[in-house]
Amino acid sequence: MSKRSRIVVTGAGWVTPMGHDLESVWTRLLAGETDVATIDRFDASTFPTTFASQVRNYDWTGFVDDAALHGHPGKHTQFALGAARQAWDASGLGDVSTLNRHRIGIYLGAGEGVLDFTSYQRASLAAWQEDAGVVDTVQWGDAASRFLDGIGEVEQEPNMPASHISREFGLRGPVYNCLTACAASTQAIGEAASIIQRGDADVMVSGGTHTMLHVLGVTGFNRLTAMSTRNDSPTTASRPFSRSRDGFVMGEGSGIIVMETLEHAEARGANILGEIRGFGSTADAYRITDMHPEGRGPGDAISQALEHAGIDPESRLDDGRPPVQYISAHGTSTSENDSIETRAVKRVFGDLAPEIPMTSIKSMMGHLICAAGAVEFITCLMILRDHVIPPTINLQDPDPELDLDYVPNVKREAQVDTCLSNSFGFGGQNDTLVVSRF
Amino acid sequence: MLLIPRNALSWGRRLHYRLMRRRTVISGAGPISALGVGLDAHWDAMCSGRSGLRPMTTFDPQWYPCHVAGELDAGAFKVRSIVPKSYRKAVKVMCRDVELAIGAAAEAIMHANLQTPGVDHERGYPIKSERLGCHIGSGLIAADVNELTTAFVSSRGDDGEVDLRAWGTTGMENLTPLWLLKYLPNMLACHVTIVHDCRGPSNTITCAESSSALSLGESMRVIERGAADACLTGGAESKLNPLNYYRQFCAGRLAEARGLEPDDVVRPFASDALGTALGEGGGLLVLEDLEHCTQRGGTPLAEVLGYAATQSPDHDGLGATAEDIAAAMTLALDSAGVDPSGVDAIVPFGCGIPAIDAAEAEAIQTVFGDRASDIELVLTVPFTGNCNAGNGTIQLAVATRCLQAQSLPARMNTGTLTGDLKAGPCDARDAALQTMLVLSASQGGQNTAVLLGRTG
Repeated sequence: MSKRSRIVVTGAGWVTPMGHDLESVWTRLLAGETDVATIDRFDASTFPTTFASQVRNYDWTGFVDDAALHGHPGKHTQFALGAARQAWDASGLGDVSTLNRHRIGIYLGAGEGVLDFTSYQRASLAAWQEDAGVVDTVQWGDAASRFLDGIGEVEQEPNMPASHISREFGLRGPVYNCLTACAASTQAIGEAASIIQRGDADVMVSGGTHTMLHVLGVTGFNRLTAMSTRNDSPTTASRPFSRSRDGFVMGEGSGIIVMETLEHAEARGANILGEIRGFGSTADAYRITDMHPEGRGPGDAISQALEHAGIDPESRLDDGRPPVQYISAHGTSTSENDSIETRAVKRVFGDLAPEIPMTSIKSMMGHLICAAGAVEFITCLMILRDHVIPPTINLQDPDPELDLDYVPNVKREAQVDTCLSNSFGFGGQNDTLVVSRF
Repeated sequence: MLLIPRNALSWGRRLHYRLMRRRTVISGAGPISALGVGLDAHWDAMCSGRSGLRPMTTFDPQWYPCHVAGELDAGAFKVRSIVPKSYRKAVKVMCRDVELAIGAAAEAIMHANLQTPGVDHERGYPIKSERLGCHIGSGLIAADVNELTTAFVSSRGDDGEVDLRAWGTTGMENLTPLWLLKYLPNMLACHVTIVHDCRGPSNTITCAESSSALSLGESMRVIERGAADACLTGGAESKLNPLNYYRQFCAGRLAEARGLEPDDVVRPFASDALGTALGEGGGLLVLEDLEHCTQRGGTPLAEVLGYAATQSPDHDGLGATAEDIAAAMTLALDSAGVDPSGVDAIVPFGCGIPAIDAAEAEAIQTVFGDRASDIELVLTVPFTGNCNAGNGTIQLAVATRCLQAQSLPARMNTGTLTGDLKAGPCDARDAALQTMLVLSASQGGQNTAVLLGRTG
C-alpha cells in the first residue's frame, strides 16, 4: 500500500454536556462523572421524560475570529463552530491562505436545527380555524411573518453548520452533510476518509453536531418510547448493558476532527492522533423502527470495517492480545440496541469477544444523536494516546444475557493500539470505524 | 487503508481495482415531478415545450409572492399502488418526500431492468442485496401543520398558547407514536432500502439543491472502492407546505410572481429574472459499475466521466460564487481528462434567482471563454420548478436522455436575455452530443459539476 492511501487524524475538538474542551472532558469521562439533570431549557416537568444531558454555559463567540461574520447561527452551528475551532487549532493548519483551499473539504453528519416552538405554536394557533379543524394557510403566512424570525428559519437547515465552518476557515473543497440519525457522524468520518483516498481532497474537516433538546424533539422520542423515564434518578438513567435499562438519555453537542493524508501530515510535521484504517457501512433494510433481531446490518458493518483494515477478528496478535483492544459501543441503553449490538460483536469476534473491553460513554454523556459517533471516535483517539479506558457507569445490575466486558463503573488501564467505534441509526444505517495508534 | 471489502472480490478483480478505477454508468433513471413519472414523461413534455408549473393547489399561497408551483397530478401518482402489498401499512407513516422517493425508486429500477423484491417477486435478482447501495438527498422536512396544531389546540392554556404542562401530560398524545419518524430526512432512504432490499452502504445527503449530485458522487465513490456494484442515487423533496415555503420566502428565493402566468415566472439568466418557483419532485437513478451492468445485460445510458464538488464560503444564504462554481467545473473536467472544448452542452441549475444565475453565468464564461455564448444550455427549472434536494436528479436524468437521443429539448424562457448565454427560448433540436456538464449551486454554498459521457 502506498503512503498516499493512509489517512491520519491531526486535530480533534468537542463541545459536550460535560464541558467544552478536550482535556477536561476526557478527565471527567475517566472519573466516571455525569451531568445528566432536569431539563431547564423549557418546562418539561410533566413530560414522560423530564431530564437530559445539556450543554451548559457555552458561548460560541469565544471560538470564532469574528462573530459578526456568522450572524445568528442555530444551536447546531454554534456547537460545531466551537468543536471545529478546537480541532483546527490542534491540527496546526493555521491560516489557509497559503494552502489550496479547493483541496480542503468538510463532511459533517449534522442534524437539523431547532424549531422555534414558542413562535411556531403562536403562529399556528393564530391561524387555526376552529370549525374546519385546519390552519388557514393565508393567515398562517401572515402570522408566521409576525412571529417566526426569517434568519432563524433559514439557519435550521442541516447544511448550515458545514457552511458556517467553511466561512470561518475559508474552506472551498468538497462539502457534504449527511443525516442518518444516530449513525451520521461516524458515516461522515468514514466517507470523508474515502474522499481523501479517492484523491478529491488533501484535508477534510469531519464529525457531527446536533441537538434535539427542544419541545418537539423530546416529544418525538417520548412518543416512540425510546427514552428513559427514570425521572427520579437522572444521573443513573443511562445504564447501558444493565438489566434495568429503560431507554436512552438525550444529549447534545458536537465532535469535529481534522484528517489528512499521512504524506500531507508528515510534510508539515503535524502531531498525529491516530490512523483511520477501516470503515464499514450497511443498511438493515428491515423495518423503520426495529433493528434486525440477529443484528445482520451491524455485524456486517463491523466485519467490513475490519476487512478494510486488514484485521482478522478471530486471530490473536503475536503478544496474545485480541486484534482489537477496545470497542466504543453504540450502547444506547435501550433494551433492543444493547442486546443486538452484543450479539453482533460476539458473532464477529467469536471466542475473542469477551476479552475485548467494550464501553458506552453514553452512560455518562447521554446520546448526542447525530454527533454521538464523532464524540465517541474522539474518545477512541484519547484512549489510544493514554492507554486508559473510560468505564460504562451505572452498571450495577448486569443483564445476565449480556456477557461481554463492559468495564463497569471504574476506568481501566490497558495497552490499546486499535479501537473499533460503532454507530447504528434509526432507519437502519450501520457504520463502524477502525482507528489505530500511529 | 484500502477501502475494498476483500472477501467480496476475487483476486483478479481486486488487482483490477488497484490498477484502475471502476467505471460507473447510469443504467436507469426515474425522475418524478410535475411533468409526470419517468423519463419519457419528462422528455415528451420538455421537447414539446410544455411546462408543469401551475397555480399551486397544495395550499393557498396568496400570502406569498409566488402562487405558482410544480405539483404532480394526483391521478398520475398514487404511492399505495407502487409499494408491495406487504408494505402498504407503512404508507401512513410516509410524508410527501418519502412518497416521491418511493415512486422514483420503482421507476428507476424498472427502467434499469434491475429486478428487486420491491418490483418483482418472481424472477431471480441480478444483484445481491449486500451489493446494492442507496444514496438519497433530502431536505429539512416540515411536520404537517394541521396535525401539530390539532395537538396544540388540545393543550391551550388561559393565554391561548400551548401550555407545556398540558402538552406533556395529554397534548403530545394527540401525535401518533411514530410521528417523529414521518419527518426524519433519512426516512426516504430507509423506506426505499426496505422496499428494494438494499443492504449496501446507504446515506442521506442534506445539502439543499446540491444533494442529488453529491449523492451521485457518493454512490460513485462507493462503487469505485468496491463496496457496492450498483446504487440507487438521487434525491426528492417537496417544500410545498406552509413552513418550508415560508423558509424559502425568508431566504429571498421565491419569485415575485403576482399577476403573472405560470409560464412567465421562472426566467433563468434574464436581466428581468424574478426569483424561482418551487416544485415537488426529484428522482432516483441507478448508478452501476460498467462491467456489472453489461454482464447482467443492462444498458449503460450514460457514463459518469467526471465529478467534483466545491464550496462557496462567502455565501449569505442566497449567494454563490462564480470562482468556486468555475472551480467545480474545471476539477470535474480535469478528473475526466476532458478539455472545456470537449463539452457539448450544459445543464446549469438556472433557477431564476438573479444572484445565483449571475454566478453560474460568470463561471461558465470563465471556464469556456469565447465559447460560452455558443454552448447549448438545457434548462429544467422553467418546466418543473426548483425541486430542491431532488432538482439535480431531474437535470442528470434529462442530460442522460439527451446523450441517448442525440437531441436537446425545447427551452422555455420569457425573460429578457443579454445574449451572453444560449438561454433563450427555442424548440427541440437534434445535436451531436458526446458529453454534457450538469451543475448545481445550493442554498448553503455547495457546488457540484458532473460530466456525463455518451455510451455505446
